[in-house]
Amino acid sequence: MPELARKDVLGLETMSRQEIELVLHTADSMREVLDRPITKVPALRGRTVLMMFYEPSTRTLASFNLACKNMSADTVSVSKSSSSLVKGESLRDTIQNLESMGADAVVMRHPSAGAPHYIARNIEGSVLNAGDGAHEHPTQGLLDLFTIEQHKGSLEGLKVAIVGDILHSRVARSNIWGLSTMGADVTICGPSTLIPPYVTEIGCTVTHDVREAVTDADVIYVLRIQLERQEGSMFPGAREYRRLFTIDAERISLASPDALLMHPGPMNRGVEITTDVADGAQSVILEQVPNGVAVRMALLYLLLGGGE
Amino acid sequence: MQRILIKNGQVVDPANERDGIYDVLLEQGQVAAISENISVDGAEIIDAEGCIVAPGFVDLHCHLREPGQEYKEDVASGTRAAIRGGFTSLVAMPNTEPAIDSEAAVRSMAEIISEKAAARVYPAGAITRGQKGRDLTEMGGMMQAGAVAFTDDGLPVTSSRVMQLALQYSDMLGVPISVHEEDPDLAGDGVVNRGRISTLLGLPAIPTAAESAMVARDLELCREFGGHLHIAHVSTRNSIDLIRKAKDEGLKVTCEVTPHHLTLTEDLVRESNYDTNTKVNPPLRTSTDVEALVNALSEGIVDVIATDHAPHSFDDKDKEYIFADFGISGLETAFSLLHDQLVLKGDITMNRLIAALTVVPATIFDLPGGTLSQGEPADLVILRPQDEWAVNPDDFVSGGKNTPLAGWSLTGRVDTVLVAGRIMMRDGELQC
Repeated sequence: MPELARKDVLGLETMSRQEIELVLHTADSMREVLDRPITKVPALRGRTVLMMFYEPSTRTLASFNLACKNMSADTVSVSKSSSSLVKGESLRDTIQNLESMGADAVVMRHPSAGAPHYIARNIEGSVLNAGDGAHEHPTQGLLDLFTIEQHKGSLEGLKVAIVGDILHSRVARSNIWGLSTMGADVTICGPSTLIPPYVTEIGCTVTHDVREAVTDADVIYVLRIQLERQEGSMFPGAREYRRLFTIDAERISLASPDALLMHPGPMNRGVEITTDVADGAQSVILEQVPNGVAVRMALLYLLLGGGE
Repeated sequence: MQRILIKNGQVVDPANERDGIYDVLLEQGQVAAISENISVDGAEIIDAEGCIVAPGFVDLHCHLREPGQEYKEDVASGTRAAIRGGFTSLVAMPNTEPAIDSEAAVRSMAEIISEKAAARVYPAGAITRGQKGRDLTEMGGMMQAGAVAFTDDGLPVTSSRVMQLALQYSDMLGVPISVHEEDPDLAGDGVVNRGRISTLLGLPAIPTAAESAMVARDLELCREFGGHLHIAHVSTRNSIDLIRKAKDEGLKVTCEVTPHHLTLTEDLVRESNYDTNTKVNPPLRTSTDVEALVNALSEGIVDVIATDHAPHSFDDKDKEYIFADFGISGLETAFSLLHDQLVLKGDITMNRLIAALTVVPATIFDLPGGTLSQGEPADLVILRPQDEWAVNPDDFVSGGKNTPLAGWSLTGRVDTVLVAGRIMMRDGELQC
């Protein structure tokens, strides 16, 4: 049985091409399971997975929960509002208490980059990063690679444009790492105030001209734009954004005719992407969701072994 | 008090341009004589062959946490940590709870010091009441009670107007204003330097301009309104360039750099996999900045090395990176780190290192000590430059075990420390 020779999945920066290929290949089998009338397999019966979400999440949490249920694993969910964090308990205490209940894996989303790394150092079970600060969101990155591969056969040499708020985006970072490891050419595009410094070192080129970014692209990956952030607005507003960056029918026509349109959700329709494009023929946004379940099933299977 | 004779050490006393093998005689808590082959009756002999004998170190910037945060550190533990690091004089930052922002608070601090301190401690007073950045404190009265400098350290003086008044007013009193340069708008919720590492790690970032923009502002204010501007923990090349220009122009500006900013870079945050002991304000910067700081120290643009010793409890650091407290516990590793990383690599001379830890800080804050001139207090350190040791935070006597240097092997060790002729540490063992 193939296994990932690692305890944790914390980011795509440190995942090799072989490891990514193994995950995508396994996800392929999981996708077949999902297409059956009964999607439940007993692979992880008796295993317990903790869902620790210190930030709001709808689809990632639901996706991990579905993945666990499909694999017959038991899940326990801890969300910020119900957790001891509100009562001032330290992450160390929370984790040690929960681990002593016998979890085999922890799925963690946290506002601080590095929090899953801290947990991984302190527990024996596997840790799956479900998004840490603006650092990484590796399962999202893997499901995106999987979705692209399903349509394009291979990632090698593909031209991928990622458009939006790169600065605050863990999705962007995981995708850039994963795509460049798999041989794709990544161009990122967004307002200069939302592009992090030295980002080219991750393995991408930068442009602020959306037409240049999408021209001849095989994949257009649109990121959510948050209109108001705690630290105040970082660009002049929705109208200006539409003028310069929104992915619409006219801009998408510059891409390769069979270009895929992707978005990690949740979408701001009419801001970073127009509705006609989001729901159009090239959109694979709704495929990303079941693929997310398949990829997470694959990761849990590979990390937890499956055997008793 | 007894006589102590320190034999055959290499005496490095930059104030007197002395560097050679001498004997040092201490009497009545003072330096009585330095010359070759002293022999006197009834003196306790300390053999310092192969060692460096220097004035005790003077730290213009440390956090002793008392009153208010004794669970992190107190005057007793902090000054014992100082002794282990070779520091015989400390300037204690006023960002305690409550802040040292009144004559009464300085007097109360002086009382704690006289009861508990193993080293000389000089309180710094706050620039503004409650360190709120609005109303100036009664600096004159606080000086009479023993405050040697004024600072809102930990916080910047955000208002340019308040900073103007602080410089004008302190100019009249002839006392330095020490400033933590950070534009809070630019720093935001940042926790690491803005650059390659913040991008790779996805952590909120502090731009270098958060520091240098405030340095530029304060130099402009100093030019127009006077005062002695002392810039604390400088961390960027751009700040250094501004300070260099201001010094060329003749402004009364001095500055300090910490041991960690002189030796560590932002890369350590990544290499250590988000170890919160690398979280410090100002943040660890790039190798370009480190190089500029070291050069500036060598040239004297950076006047002094100060530890910014910032002890924290285990729990205050054992957190998610964005939630952990800022600061490094630095007193017990300062000399060894600087010797190992700068002197042994040839970037800084031993003489310059010792000057930046002794006579220069004592002079710019007008404190006793810092030299081995006859009649000066017998505050003195004996160093073993060849001794190698491994940093183990569990061995720290400071309440703060928060160091990013755990497990590092450093060459150069503080062996013996005397304060006013009293042996506070001997052969690496505390006597206090």
